Amino acid sequence: MDYNKRLDGRDFDELRPMEAKAGVIKKADGSAYFRMGNTVAYAAVYGPREMFPKFQQDPKKGVLRCNYNMMPFSGAGDRVRPGPSRRSKEISAVTEKALSAVVDLSDSPNAVVDVYIEFPQTDAGSRCCGINAAAIALADAGIPMRDIVAAVAVGHAGNKICVDLNYEEEHLPDYVEGLDDKDVADIPVAIVPSTGEISLLQMDGIIPKETLIKALHKAKAALMQVNEVQRNALREKFAAVADEENGENIENVENGFEEN
Amino acid sequence: MMIDQEARKHLRESLAKGIRYDGRKKDEFRNIEIITGFIGTAEGSAHVKCGETEVIAGVKMSLEKPFPDTPDQGILMVGAELLPMSNPKYEGGPPDATAIELARVIDRGIRESKSLDNKRLCIKAGEKVWTINVDISPLNDDGNLIDVGSIAAVAAILNARFPFVENDKVDYKQKTTEKVPINRIPIAVTVLKVGNAIIVDPTELEEQALDARLTVTTIDDGRLCSIQKGGVGTLSIEEIDKMIDLAVHKGHEIRKLIKQE
Repeated sequence: MDYNKRLDGRDFDELRPMEAKAGVIKKADGSAYFRMGNTVAYAAVYGPREMFPKFQQDPKKGVLRCNYNMMPFSGAGDRVRPGPSRRSKEISAVTEKALSAVVDLSDSPNAVVDVYIEFPQTDAGSRCCGINAAAIALADAGIPMRDIVAAVAVGHAGNKICVDLNYEEEHLPDYVEGLDDKDVADIPVAIVPSTGEISLLQMDGIIPKETLIKALHKAKAALMQVNEVQRNALREKFAAVADEENGENIENVENGFEEN
Repeated sequence: MMIDQEARKHLRESLAKGIRYDGRKKDEFRNIEIITGFIGTAEGSAHVKCGETEVIAGVKMSLEKPFPDTPDQGILMVGAELLPMSNPKYEGGPPDATAIELARVIDRGIRESKSLDNKRLCIKAGEKVWTINVDISPLNDDGNLIDVGSIAAVAAILNARFPFVENDKVDYKQKTTEKVPINRIPIAVTVLKVGNAIIVDPTELEEQALDARLTVTTIDDGRLCSIQKGGVGTLSIEEIDKMIDLAVHKGHEIRKLIKQE
């Protein structure tokens, strides 16, 4: 038997409901909130600021440093121990690479741009959700970038390519009985939307090569939608900022008239 | 934002005249908003906003072996981290003294209130008891993390429902209707002494100008269950008397807010 109807009723090409907001953390230079289904990420950007420890400074350009962290209560099962783990360190590193593809820090030698990505709640696909939030936050902070990177996990489960897997689909054989193909492949992908180039690619599971290529094409199509949500979040924030500034200007002019 | 000598002096002079930069009275809290039960993966959760300070607290429960000296009692633990996301002054890595104090002061306030009926958390003496982990994650730190964190922790505990248990295995997907057996609401209120002024709910800037602070945790009947003094300045008995009165009074107001949730 194949996996014919998705557990949450989505089409196989359909993303989970997304929600994005820019500028959610006041202390940060840039920040964002990104939700994909039940996975929720916050990202905060600080910098460019002086890099510590000093030996990590690069005199030619600034360094992008990402930190992926699950809050202790964000896992579906047991409590997640706070602090870095081998898993979170690896994800931080691949996140850094996915975003560095478009970030240009050549004007900030010896500096670091810190990106903190935190998850209050996760339901699979957290690294992708985190990258989506981080890309908005970097743009919000005004970091020079060629594009806004977008990410999603595609998967191969029950002989079907599924876009944006949730937790149950990542463990499909535990939830659907009688599958012929019990191998689940999970493939997080990030792309640079304007060029279609891939900046993050990982894969766990067993999958034929042709299927993988098909899955990547599906990911690319889905990522255009993700990118639209990211762009809208920035548009919304800066439209609100512009309104506020215009409002103030009008007020000032009026006050000016009164004084005259 | 780091404060320099001149800014500190100006802030202290203003407070001496009873002026706070955000227009509040000295004994006035910023507006507090509490949202609960919005994190699906946690057994209980709370999002508390106090002015621009914002924290999330989540409760996770698990079945564990009890401590050998209390074989028939469940365990409550409160943890807090100073996430570098919440303020540029925090760095990653192991918690420093500030982070440890924050977690321990909140933990002690709740623990010492004796509000939790630990024995009802026992499944089988010496073998299985419930462990309740409350974790506090600040999103944006604009001062007074102890009080805001403590409000969030208590609100998350009140919001929590036990998960389903089958054959000694916890099924986190299903929640029961059973609440945490808690019969009092401990509230921590931190009162600051800045020069001769006594204030509550400091912003980050005000915190940096303090001489001394006193965190007083009170229970419903106005009795005290935990106190922590911070800062290098000294306090007279008269000052402590006044500060505790204020903490009790403010504690009552905040308790009402939490009960409404």
